[in-house]
Amino acid sequence: MSLDYVKFSPGFDKFMPKEYRDMVEHGPFGKKVTVSQMGSFKEILEEHPMCAGCAMTLFIRLAMISFPNPEDTITVGTAGCGRLAISQAAIPFVYGNYGDQSAVASGLSRGLRLRFGDKPKDVVVMAGDGGMADIGFSMTLHSWFRKERFTTIMLDNEVYGNTGGQESGMTNKGQVLKMAPLGKKFEKMDMVGMAKLAGCAYVATVVPNNPRRVESVIKKAVLVAREIGPTYIQAYTSCNIEYSIPTDKVMEDAKNVENDRYQFSEHLTEEAKHYLATRYGFKEYLPKPATATALPQA
Amino acid sequence: MIPQYGQYSVRPGPEAFLPPAAASMGVVLPDPGQAHINGRIVPEEEAFEEAARMFLGGTVPTIFPGPLVLWAWNEKARKKAKAIKHLFDTLKECAPTGAKPMLIPMPDYRPKYPKINPEVEINPNHPNLTIWHNKIDVCMFVGVHCHQANLSLKIIRGGTNCYTIAMCAQAGHEDACLSFRDASVEKIMHLAEWVKKLKGAVTFGAIKKHVAVLESKDRAGGTRN
Ligand SMILES: Cc1ncc(C[n+]2csc(CCOP(=O)(O)OP(=O)(O)O)c2C)c(N)n1
Ligand code: SF4
Repeated sequence: MSLDYVKFSPGFDKFMPKEYRDMVEHGPFGKKVTVSQMGSFKEILEEHPMCAGCAMTLFIRLAMISFPNPEDTITVGTAGCGRLAISQAAIPFVYGNYGDQSAVASGLSRGLRLRFGDKPKDVVVMAGDGGMADIGFSMTLHSWFRKERFTTIMLDNEVYGNTGGQESGMTNKGQVLKMAPLGKKFEKMDMVGMAKLAGCAYVATVVPNNPRRVESVIKKAVLVAREIGPTYIQAYTSCNIEYSIPTDKVMEDAKNVENDRYQFSEHLTEEAKHYLATRYGFKEYLPKPATATALPQA
Repeated sequence: MIPQYGQYSVRPGPEAFLPPAAASMGVVLPDPGQAHINGRIVPEEEAFEEAARMFLGGTVPTIFPGPLVLWAWNEKARKKAKAIKHLFDTLKECAPTGAKPMLIPMPDYRPKYPKINPEVEINPNHPNLTIWHNKIDVCMFVGVHCHQANLSLKIIRGGTNCYTIAMCAQAGHEDACLSFRDASVEKIMHLAEWVKKLKGAVTFGAIKKHVAVLESKDRAGGTRN
């Protein structure tokens, strides 16, 4: 993993499909690209087989643009809709068995640290709510308690989308789904609360209709995971198929859900704030100067 | 006739939707200095000659370089890439009139959707598409990670009539019709020398006859070697 792996061996340039030549010439590798530059560079994720209008795809696309060093990033995923797009990206993807993504990422991130020492190699887990909060729940939580340094991103569509609409722990109470006809019996799990409790250094909730914000949380989460500790992003990525959201209303739905129960939230430990401020120049986390005390009257 | 364990010959298909892994049929990997032809262990030099004959006897002999050589990971990859390019140029120079040598890259292993472009790339998850599209009858894998090569070789044997050669940098591939092991710059260059040496000695399309002979041996019911 280095910039060399995004260069062709001499003599092969003209044999490479155009897509790859574009990636080498106009891709984001070794450059700092932002979501506001979309359309002016070759993205690492373009074609995918997910449903038309799927908000999860938009989120994944934005997340990939936001990786601080895509050439040094490995994504880890599992069964579920998201992997269909994540596996199409032009960066390495490790596909674990259903639910074991955080265990795979733990080993991977430790191995990369042994192999590459201080050179940052970012490991990012992206998986559905079922894969993370149900089947892979113990592995997700244990990776946080063990303070594994990688980023966990939940693609929370509040349903098992890939298998046709079963309820997950993240489905809201009372929600009726194709394969939960009586409605869900218990509350949506508080994974954000658990992430904080388990000691994640950075925790955020976000929806995909604010690309700048998605970019900001992904960047911070990945950077903090390099040195400080586990980070968790929970993204509302609606399933327009299982929730019957017309494709042209997907963003409207995201906005409504954001206003209702998915407000943007961000939690950082003091150590994470200090690190982001001093290492990466995030001014908002610099200690505020003490308010000047009023000068005594002459 | 269903071949028995130990009698299996690894040769061009189309064999079946799910051909058996050659290893499960008793085909073993060569030791250093050896290679295998159709599953039969041979001294490496014999395999060089056979591979060169197959290349020259093909109507569309094709080299499939994989990510390990296509991308400039390190000096070794760059050197191997140069040698492969040399082999390809030699093949173009020496192939009989009518043959159409190709070099088609396998840049990565993504299960690409909605589809690959078989004219310009090959993908390990459906290598048959590229082979069918270009009517490739002999190919060589080089620089492809072993697990992906095994998958592709089996799919090719299952669904196409393409003769497969593996220039493997590790211990070789049972699932190729012919496999080298410990591939190096020198070995790739040596294969190019053999191609040069046999220039004019192999007739256009001779591979068809070769495959027919293998098949008639099968029908005769003897061991498939
Ligand atoms: C061990 C195992 N059990 C069940 C499955 C079947 N399966 C595939 S995807 C999926 C549901 C995915 O739901 P979620 O994780 O919420 O992701 P989404 O598809 O909604 O994005 C299930 C149950 C599997 N692949 N492996
Ligand atoms: S089933 Fe739902 S989550 Fe899955 S791709 Fe379709 S819209 Fe997206």
